[in-house]
Amino acid sequence: MINNLNILLPEIFLSLSIFSILLIGVFTKNSYNLVNKLCLVVLLVTIIILINNNQSIEIKIFSGIFIKDPFSSFIKILILISSIFVLVSSQTFIKDNKIDKFEYPIIILLSILGMFFMVSSNDLILFYLGLELQSLSLYILASIDRDNMRSSEAGIKYFVLSALSSGLLLYGCSLLYGFSGSTNFNVIASELNSNNIGLVYAMVFVLVGLAFKISAVPFHMWTPDVYEGAPTSITSFFAVAPKVAGLAVLIRFMQVPFGNIMSEWQAILIFISIASMILGAVAAIGQSNIKRLMAYSSIGHIGYALAGVATGTTNGYISSIVYISIYVVMNIGAFSCIYLMKKDGKYTEEIKDLSGISKKHPLIAFAFLIILFSLAGIPPLGGFFAKFYVFMSVVENEMYMLAIIGLLTTVISAFYYLRIIKTIYFDELTKPFDQIKNFNIYITVFLSCTILATFFLYPSSLNNIVSNIFIN
Amino acid sequence: MNFPILSSIIFIPLLGSIFILLSRSQDNNSSAINVSLFTGFVNFFLSLFLWHSFDNQISDFQFIEESNWINGFIKFKLGVDGISILFIVLTAFITPLCLISCINSVKFRVKEFLIAILILETLMIGVFCSLDLVIFYLFFEAGLIPMFLIIGIWGGPKRVYSAFKFFLYTLLGSVLMLVAILAIYWITGTTDVVQIYEIKIPKEYQNLLWLAFFSSFAVKMPMWPVHTWLPDAHVEAPTAGSVILAAILLKMAGYGFLRFSIPMFPVASEFFVPLIYTLSIIAIIYASLVALMQDDMKKLIAYSSVAHMGYVTLGIFTFTQQGLEGSVFQMISHGLISAALFLCVGVIYDRVHSRLISSYGGIVNFMPKYAFLFMIFVLGALGLPGTSGFLGEFLVLVGAFQRNSLVAVIASVGVVLGAAYMLWLAKRVIFGETKNNLIKTLKDLNFSETSILSILAITVILLGFYPELLMETMTISIKNLINNYNSDLVFHLTKIQ
Repeated sequence: MINNLNILLPEIFLSLSIFSILLIGVFTKNSYNLVNKLCLVVLLVTIIILINNNQSIEIKIFSGIFIKDPFSSFIKILILISSIFVLVSSQTFIKDNKIDKFEYPIIILLSILGMFFMVSSNDLILFYLGLELQSLSLYILASIDRDNMRSSEAGIKYFVLSALSSGLLLYGCSLLYGFSGSTNFNVIASELNSNNIGLVYAMVFVLVGLAFKISAVPFHMWTPDVYEGAPTSITSFFAVAPKVAGLAVLIRFMQVPFGNIMSEWQAILIFISIASMILGAVAAIGQSNIKRLMAYSSIGHIGYALAGVATGTTNGYISSIVYISIYVVMNIGAFSCIYLMKKDGKYTEEIKDLSGISKKHPLIAFAFLIILFSLAGIPPLGGFFAKFYVFMSVVENEMYMLAIIGLLTTVISAFYYLRIIKTIYFDELTKPFDQIKNFNIYITVFLSCTILATFFLYPSSLNNIVSNIFIN
Repeated sequence: MNFPILSSIIFIPLLGSIFILLSRSQDNNSSAINVSLFTGFVNFFLSLFLWHSFDNQISDFQFIEESNWINGFIKFKLGVDGISILFIVLTAFITPLCLISCINSVKFRVKEFLIAILILETLMIGVFCSLDLVIFYLFFEAGLIPMFLIIGIWGGPKRVYSAFKFFLYTLLGSVLMLVAILAIYWITGTTDVVQIYEIKIPKEYQNLLWLAFFSSFAVKMPMWPVHTWLPDAHVEAPTAGSVILAAILLKMAGYGFLRFSIPMFPVASEFFVPLIYTLSIIAIIYASLVALMQDDMKKLIAYSSVAHMGYVTLGIFTFTQQGLEGSVFQMISHGLISAALFLCVGVIYDRVHSRLISSYGGIVNFMPKYAFLFMIFVLGALGLPGTSGFLGEFLVLVGAFQRNSLVAVIASVGVVLGAAYMLWLAKRVIFGETKNNLIKTLKDLNFSETSILSILAITVILLGFYPELLMETMTISIKNLINNYNSDLVFHLTKIQ
């Protein structure tokens, strides 16, 4: 029993800290600063616990519903690191927009707790609970700017659509339970085969629910509206942590419960992947709002990550995780740059407001340049290697059509990234940005650019770490 | 020899650009200019030293450097043979000249411009040194970023359109090459070029892979009908950008054919000869005719580049000693002559701010030095014996006659057309009546302009009279290339029976 608790230590620590920080927040006035700092400390400590606890074996506890393996630990650490950077870089933005409520970091912590259970679940019930804890927190976060119409609208929209997809997911789960007689992933895996039509049917419903959470086409409709409506600090959180958790769960589902019916889900995933890549590339062209553009760009990126999953091989999963890790770095950098877009005391989201800033702010412009070329996947930046590994595994499995379509969509998507670069570098300066004196944003941007620009020196380092987390 | 000379040549410009980035911002940017010139010349002398210590009796790759890069499957492998070393020297030679030229012509953001040029030099030399497909792709593609910025920031009025066209065309061509590179890795188990030469890619894969590589090189070359980005890019790019584009970036494609397409896919290369011949002939005749009708000088030179590159592809795919030597020679010579012509246009553009042929005329009366040098390059471009332009075209035609006399005859017509548009250009710009009063006030070349153009003119004439300088370096490598090609062809064609 004590051993079990030891394995569950990160989750226990996180939930206890959430409750105590909540108390502190309630009983002190104007406690946002304090709570934010405490939350950062908690996240850091959780990382340390996770790293200390890391063993390269798979441990299942509580009659096999909770699983701890290097895969889940890696994903959790990735979620924590990205959340830390999101929290750190968004402080100025939050204060300027008067959403510095103490609940804000706590709800983020709660959603992280949900993600933890999600990626560690080996059972449908725990999986669903984790997913819902995460989703409920995200609904609140989307509408945290209560007095803002767009923010509230985003929250409601997200809630309604997400509830629908949760319903589908739950229906799929109940079918899985009905046909296999168990909610345990391993039991389901042994029961599942292509002849069991009911289970294949269930798999489709589960896949729909998961595709919604990672905003893959055709379940992406909420993404642009929520990205645009939610405060930028929340959007940047939306763009990284839930995507990582969702993709990890998807990989877990494909690997364990649906491992035997690969031929069935592979076609669906290939379709979703191609559709996401194409929509992400084409629909972003017409956008003038940079957050909306990032939404479509994230749909496209999820398409590339799914291309790795669609191969159904360990190499493919590794490439997907590498992809999503680099995607996280790029997105944190991009959103940190967006925090700097402030003119006359107001934050702006229009691409045309970036025009000519390279003359006044050469460093911000250069950061944008690196991040955008990296998002477009131009070598030698990090984004290229992400795509390189994915398409490497795709070609390995002789899925040439997927590789060719994927790479052609990178050319289309390069167009809109180039358009932003054009606005920054080629157009005339209209009005410079306000000076933002926050060291945290600059250090985040700097770190992300450095990682992306120097990734080519040791391109296999990340790959080596990730290949170690798949033990089977 | 343990000193990593190739890595030094690749990374010294990058180092220089970092120093420029850190240098103090002054009004006249003198420290940035000095650093960039110093870097450029150091690199040039290093490349000369490399050429000097290169043993041209060995057909293998020399100065090989290898280090682990992506664990387990990709090595950072560099090396040169008799073909690539010429392009490295050309790059290191043209870049300092560009740097000098932009001191006069670039008016704003000089520091950034120098950084972009130096980074571009790193990437271009990297392309010619790399002996691994992935490394090659990396350098090949990364060159798009600085060039995009050079055209877009310092270019002419339609610069945005041209920069986008350049970027997207080239990227579209290259992504298929990436798929092919990955496919080659899974077929042969390596991306090391030397190993792939030995493993020999099976015949049934070759045609598709060849086409994927072709899509990238054809755009970069540029071959008809995907050449349309080139005139736009040339017209809008600043002088130094045009020079680098014409002199070096276009050569990457020809080099790619020599290094990758022919030795890796001999069967497919043989199979697609009719395609290449047709496209080359169309490029030569069509681009020459279009060049005749241009009223923009830069556009005229751009179309003449397309025609000249037609000779290069024609020569490469003759698979004869003369044809291949002619192609390489033509690439080097075109690198010098087109660079010089763009510099010449840049000189008068800086003074008159017009690229239209009709706004000039009778320049010889006011700028005699300029007129003299310009004529040398015009004669070089039309292939007058005694200039480097003659030998390349001549050898290509000799090679082509051995394969297909009809193609050679049609290609020879291009020589006449080439003479027509170049001489007509000279007649309208240099000679004739002076209609524009602004011309009468023009000052002749200043010291730096004279020195750049004279150096280029001397090189062009030197190569015209003493082609052995290049030939002795490349002969063995090209002989080896053709021998391997023929034996591979026999190997693949006899294997099935």
